[in-house]
Amino acid sequence: MSFDFTQIVFGIMTVCTLGGALGVVTSRNLFHSALYLVLSFLGVAGYYMLLDAGFLAMVQLFVYVGAIAVLILFAIMFSRRVMAANQSQANRQGRLGIPVALILFVALVVVVTSVAWPVSQDKLVSDTVLQLGLAFLGSYLIPFEVVAVLLSVALIGAVILAREKTEAE
Amino acid sequence: MAIPLSWWLVVAAALFSIGVYGALTRKNAIAILMGVELILNAVNINLVAFWRYITPNDVAGQVFAVIVITVAAAEAAVGLAIVIAVYRRRRSVVVEELDILKN
Repeated sequence: MSFDFTQIVFGIMTVCTLGGALGVVTSRNLFHSALYLVLSFLGVAGYYMLLDAGFLAMVQLFVYVGAIAVLILFAIMFSRRVMAANQSQANRQGRLGIPVALILFVALVVVVTSVAWPVSQDKLVSDTVLQLGLAFLGSYLIPFEVVAVLLSVALIGAVILAREKTEAE
Repeated sequence: MAIPLSWWLVVAAALFSIGVYGALTRKNAIAILMGVELILNAVNINLVAFWRYITPNDVAGQVFAVIVITVAAAEAAVGLAIVIAVYRRRRSVVVEELDILKN
């Protein structure tokens, strides 16, 4: 059976993404979980490139890998517990979680593969970055501004929540 | 198209389910937040796959995905700031031990 090159790349990215995700949820060392999360994010960036969304892949790398994953690593280092390294990380309903996740996965797959999606043969929009810029400052101006306000509020809030309390307070 | 749309949706569903398992069964608050990030990534894969296969001439799908990434970043920042603040007070980030509101 001859494989298309894109299918091979899809398989590699799937191994990265799903393997990384499984590593995140099953690793006993929290630091390793964070690194598996970075692997998963890289796999998702590869997916975006396969889907002809190059700009979004770069945004994923900059924001998720470069900012969120680093933030998670910092938070892990700020909250180091004196915890046995090989202690199980699963809580009381750890056993119950596996069938729940499996049932959810099966339900989603059944629903998603039973619909005849109206796949269109339209031409891909040329120059995605230009169109994204026009969309953000045109039709989607209000969500853009709202998200900007959200980021400012989150920044101020995070700084206030996580700062050291001084003696005077 | 070499890769049918259903493959993308199945992979996104698998990532979503793994994220749900992580968010439900982990003790550490930061590990729960990592599960939520996996869920958000799965949603984004769905959005971009639908954009590419159903409306490739309209950039709205990518706009949605960029806004989801931005909101996920804001939520991760605030969530982790809360975790750090809680750790400073209670010296623990294991969610089972954070039960002051319990009667």
